[in-house]
Amino acid sequence: RKSVKKGFEFTLMVVGESGLGKSTLINSLFLTDLYPERIIPGAAEKIERTVQIEASTVEIEERGVKLRLTVVDTPGYGDAINCRDCFKTIISYIDEQFERYLHDESGLNRRHIIDNRVHCCFYFISPFGHGLKPLDVEFMKAIHNKVNIVPVIAKADTLSLKERERLKKRILDEIEEHGIKIYHLPDAESDEDEDFKEQTRLLKASIPFCVVGSNQLIEAKGKKVRGRLYPWGVVEVENPEHNDFLKLRTMLITHMQDLQEVTQDLHYENFRSERLKRGVLVPVIQQLHTEVLEVT
Amino acid sequence: MEEDIAPHRSRLPTPGGPTGLSRIPGPPLRWSSPLGAPAAPTKRSCLSVTLRRAGGCGGGPPWERLRGPAPITPVPPRPRPTAAEGPQRRGSPGGVEAAPAAKMWVPCSLPRSGPVESKNEAAMSELVPEPRQKPVVPMKPMGINANLLGYIGIDTIIEQMRKKTMKTGFDFNIMVVGQSGLGKSTLVNTLFKSQVSRKSSGWNREEKIPKTVEIKAIGHVIEEGGVKMKLTVIDTPGFGDQINNENCWEPIEKYINEQYEKFLKEEVNIARKKRIPDTRVHCCLYFISPTGHSLRPLDLEFMKHLSKVVNIIPVIAKADTMTLEEKTEFKQRVRKELEVNGIEFYPQKEFDEDLEDKTENDKIRESMPFAVVGSDKEYQVNGKRVLGRKTPWGIIEVENLTHCEFALLRDFVIRTHLQDLKEVTHNIHYETYRAKRLNDNGGLPPMTVETEENHESNL
Repeated sequence: RKSVKKGFEFTLMVVGESGLGKSTLINSLFLTDLYPERIIPGAAEKIERTVQIEASTVEIEERGVKLRLTVVDTPGYGDAINCRDCFKTIISYIDEQFERYLHDESGLNRRHIIDNRVHCCFYFISPFGHGLKPLDVEFMKAIHNKVNIVPVIAKADTLSLKERERLKKRILDEIEEHGIKIYHLPDAESDEDEDFKEQTRLLKASIPFCVVGSNQLIEAKGKKVRGRLYPWGVVEVENPEHNDFLKLRTMLITHMQDLQEVTQDLHYENFRSERLKRGVLVPVIQQLHTEVLEVT
Repeated sequence: MEEDIAPHRSRLPTPGGPTGLSRIPGPPLRWSSPLGAPAAPTKRSCLSVTLRRAGGCGGGPPWERLRGPAPITPVPPRPRPTAAEGPQRRGSPGGVEAAPAAKMWVPCSLPRSGPVESKNEAAMSELVPEPRQKPVVPMKPMGINANLLGYIGIDTIIEQMRKKTMKTGFDFNIMVVGQSGLGKSTLVNTLFKSQVSRKSSGWNREEKIPKTVEIKAIGHVIEEGGVKMKLTVIDTPGFGDQINNENCWEPIEKYINEQYEKFLKEEVNIARKKRIPDTRVHCCLYFISPTGHSLRPLDLEFMKHLSKVVNIIPVIAKADTMTLEEKTEFKQRVRKELEVNGIEFYPQKEFDEDLEDKTENDKIRESMPFAVVGSDKEYQVNGKRVLGRKTPWGIIEVENLTHCEFALLRDFVIRTHLQDLKEVTHNIHYETYRAKRLNDNGGLPPMTVETEENHESNL
């Protein structure tokens, strides 16, 4: 109850090549316009650009529950002709947030630690390819021990149902082949009701999610829906037969807590132990460590 | 009688057929291209036969070889048509250009347009089959009394050329470049309505994305209406797929130049083949990813390097991901970016020969790059079987102009500009290469050419 009053903090990172529909999807997920004055650079400008980190925070309130959502965008990723250094900036950012938290945690006043750690990373895979690209594989392997990866295929309206299934399977196979650790939804507890269990099963079976984003209202079958209007038909964002948007949203909302926990218990702890092995943080802690070591 | 082979293009019209192939050297009709109204027939009915050929005579469309052994005279290579040459190439209906130097014929109106005006007579008296500065065809001098009081039958040359072409067939080499998965193979298969390109529908476990760009050329013979076309599709797997794509266009540029070199070598042989096999890349389809934002840096770099070497036709792949407004916006953006960076795609503005060309090509340029969708599956729509893609929200019809611009691309490449693509390649890109080679060394030192190592020929 208290936590509900306090509100939740959640940091979502979005990574993918330009033009994969990331911004549209984020806007659709949170029914907002996170990028009101966006200027899309041309190719010539992109040649010079390096990967940037842009964090935007928005406060969402629904039925008394407050959510302070930070979306971390990574423009420039995958744009350059040589993407070898693409992920350095991103990894540094993730580590920085961990470092800051570690510092705060080890400090004297621990009551109001702000948690800016990245709780979840939506990694956008191109629907135009045949599966994962070399860059996708390398990047995910570089961050899968630092953040929860949720692979997403946006602009899914370019795929027929069969192609979608094939692509999903392909990606899952390649993820396994390369030993990439993506976020796994926990199985439903045995004491949950059947509906919830079924929903969880469905969600797990649909990863990676194939989504279409849009905030435009289109007239379809007599009602107004969010979608995209084509000469051959209307793609409805919230129609489960058209794409997995609703599933993605459900997953994110119902598992926000779990994503935070895994970040804390797994990724952060990983970082912390590595970090402490390497260097001193606060002399007091160091002393405690040596005392512990002396005892054992 | 020769067809004009000056360093500019004379386009033989190709009225549309199922793929338009049968009419490549067809009767000089003006078909109605999907892009505009049919032009006046009189223009096409002129056969201008100005022979002004810079440099040697090499292979080309078979009908160019119809003339006898023409002497090669050392002519300073003139790769680009100068403004002065432009108007002389094709005459206005019934008009005459009294151009200086080796002018065999004057553009004349064929019987269809009525009797030739008297101006032609005067010009005809210039007919002298002398090997002069430019190679000319030794011809029987026609009588001065050439008032066309009766029907001579000059127009039957079209039929003769047609027959020749049907007998010998012709070559067309098309290269496809783009990241994997953009639908290149599907599009080529759709264009030529046959399985000419093996789809890499997913790289198998054993077959990974190649570490460097490979060049794979596969040949097919397509026959339609008695005309044989030897189509070679040159695939470039691995382009743009790596983490580091620096200079990934180099193998492609190298390949293109190698084909020019091969041709050049044949051309300068003492005992030349009657018909030099033409492996030069006539057309390069560059696939742009439909991001909806702008070109990618790699796209820019590639086109910058290669637009001077080969005819590049950019296409927007998998265009079913964009709504109409997004398409228009994206196309405009891409055109602007190309313009700002000085990249000229085919049809290049500088090679427009006359006003008619310019208007027609302007229209095409304004609607390029074509946003296409390819498919090899058929579905039933409104009682007809159409090529398309089936989705839960509708069927995308490939040949429906309100859905995508595939039909425009097909008509453009195959039905209206196929011959022109070959000519620009031969008369301009190849000549540029040749001039550079000759100037560089003042001769032709041997240059290593990779022969059939990298090619798979399935004929």
